[in-house]
Amino acid sequence: MTQNIVEIDNLSFGYKGRMLHQGINMVFPRGKVVAIMGGSGSGKTTLLRLIGGQIRPNKGEVRVDDQVVHKQSREGLYQLRRKMGMLFQHGALFTDLSVYENVAFPMREHTQLPESMIHDLVLMKLHAVGLRGAHQLMPTELSGGMARRVALARAIALDPDIVMYDEPFAGLDPISMGVICDLIRTLNDALGTTSIIVSHDVKETFLIADYVYFVANGTVAAEGTPADLSKSSLPFVHQFVHGEKDGPVPFHYAAGDYKQDLLGFEA
Amino acid sequence: MERTTIDLWVGIFVALGVAALLGLAMKVGNLTTSNIGITYTVTANFENIGGLKPRAPVKSAGVVVGRVGDIKFDTETFEAVVSLNVDKRYNFPKDTFANIYTAGLLGEQYIGLEAGGDEAMLKNGDKITQTQDAVVLEKMISQFLYNKASESTNDAPAATKSDSASSTKAADDALTASPLDAISKPVTP
Amino acid sequence: MIKRSRLRPFRTLGHRTTDRIWRLGAGARLFWLTLISSGESFRRFHLTIREVYFTGVMSLIIIVVSAFFVGMVLALQGYNTLQKYGSSEAIGVLVALALVRELGPVVTALLFAGRAGTAITAEIGLMKATEQLSAMEMMAVSPIARVIAPRFWAGVIAMPVLAALFSMVGILGGYLVAVPLIGVDSGAFWSQMQANVDWHDDIVNGVIKSVVFGVACTMIALFEGYDAPPTAEGVSRATTRTVVISSLAVLGLDFVLTSFMITL
Repeated sequence: MTQNIVEIDNLSFGYKGRMLHQGINMVFPRGKVVAIMGGSGSGKTTLLRLIGGQIRPNKGEVRVDDQVVHKQSREGLYQLRRKMGMLFQHGALFTDLSVYENVAFPMREHTQLPESMIHDLVLMKLHAVGLRGAHQLMPTELSGGMARRVALARAIALDPDIVMYDEPFAGLDPISMGVICDLIRTLNDALGTTSIIVSHDVKETFLIADYVYFVANGTVAAEGTPADLSKSSLPFVHQFVHGEKDGPVPFHYAAGDYKQDLLGFEA
Repeated sequence: MERTTIDLWVGIFVALGVAALLGLAMKVGNLTTSNIGITYTVTANFENIGGLKPRAPVKSAGVVVGRVGDIKFDTETFEAVVSLNVDKRYNFPKDTFANIYTAGLLGEQYIGLEAGGDEAMLKNGDKITQTQDAVVLEKMISQFLYNKASESTNDAPAATKSDSASSTKAADDALTASPLDAISKPVTP
Repeated sequence: MIKRSRLRPFRTLGHRTTDRIWRLGAGARLFWLTLISSGESFRRFHLTIREVYFTGVMSLIIIVVSAFFVGMVLALQGYNTLQKYGSSEAIGVLVALALVRELGPVVTALLFAGRAGTAITAEIGLMKATEQLSAMEMMAVSPIARVIAPRFWAGVIAMPVLAALFSMVGILGGYLVAVPLIGVDSGAFWSQMQANVDWHDDIVNGVIKSVVFGVACTMIALFEGYDAPPTAEGVSRATTRTVVISSLAVLGLDFVLTSFMITL
């Protein structure tokens, strides 16, 4: 058993003519909360999809538990995915199933547990996220924060080794954000899982992460513990952490000469 | 929704579908009447079968007793060989007569069996020797027209003769009622 | 040298052609994947039963009401023409044959595409847009086995049932108009029908048609949903396409099937 549960090795991925990632190296040690940060459109979520084996890299490899993800057969991939839980940005709850059935879904699909045991497990998971009382509600009756907590309960239903969070804080009010933040850390420590957080919310992420990778322009721009990065003098990290308008990431999308664009119209 | 409720509704749904299909089979279709159980096959040769088709009914005294199986052409006798699947419940004497009839003037054609008086009965694989061909309408018409034409040439000088006049009139009457009117026109004096 | 704009229609045509062919191939691939992952939907049959409820049972009312009116109109129109030839008893045959051979399967399929097909496309499209299918994938559950295949088999089961009901209810509607309203003899109505409607040639062929339409309509609806761009506009376009393509496919297939059935 290696120390790193997920290793990303010299990974390149992109679509025709536009490379999203170019030679990314990352390691995710067991039992830690590791965050991947970066601006919108920097391919953070794509990294999660690469780890989950939903897309194949153009070059390099992703290893989960020492197995190369994209070289697995369909069976092998599904076997690997059972070790992963994923929290989607908007929860991605099954809208035709109740909260209870949503959390029970992975158990029903992958285990032959008797109904009584599923019942207990589901309520335990829901209790862990504080929503045991909401088990009979339908997903449409939940607020955004509650939906994400239910999705979290579903993600940890089968006690995975890795839990991936795709933008867990986006679009939440401060209270829900604090709740989720707290949950990620406590669940990680209580269950001994490895958490991978993709986010652009600096404050919350720095609060709970053990280690942070900054992704920019298809490569890892900076990495380190939150404490190190807060003090970092790298211009990009500084701009990102402090939320400055202009810096290495320009305010303006690449454009031609401003004067030319305005005046050239007449001619 | 509860799973049991869904199960119930789907059960009702499928039952309705089966009932509809059974209704179609029994009430609408001819599955009950054409339901001829075990059959035996006899063959019959015809010089002309007209428009007889496979699966046409085989009737005796108006009752459906079987169906036409396949129809082949015998290259030695230049006759049509029709095999008849007759219900096992019905036995016919060896000298049964097989006719091809037409249901109505232009209806479908079927085979009529007229029982003879022989002691021995037809068995599987036997051949009905006495047959009568289909009436071919075109042949009949041409025959009729030919007869009529020869009649009218004979009677032309003395068209007032009462017997010929009445016969011509009868023929005319018969023809005006049918769509063959137009065909008969040119030869009508 | 030819101007670029002159070539544009050809480029558009080429693009459309390759796009259509690509979609056809993708649809065929989905069909194949659905077939090979159908084991799941038979092993856990309640998944399929649930979908039969949504596609079949929920379509009952529209099917029964339409069938009733179609049957009544057929009887009225048929009587109008047949009585000129003095064969108004043949009205039963006319209604039954028209329904069992053509209108039952075809109209049912068209209504099915509008009622159940659109619902399937919108549902799958939204499941995709809200990442539910991705979530399933990440839970190591194949969405094709868990979501697509049960809906497919539900459609294939529901369609013949609905078509049989359509034919039967339509004939009853025709009966109501012909016998109590117009005064055709009840015995003649049924006996003429029974004498001329064949179990194999008419009824079984009608059922075969409806099964084929069931496969086509459900698969088109599923593919359009599965392939829809995950946006509101994408799903709405896909829903429209489901109706258009299903209707054309049903009418085209009907011609092909009928020509096979008549020559055989």
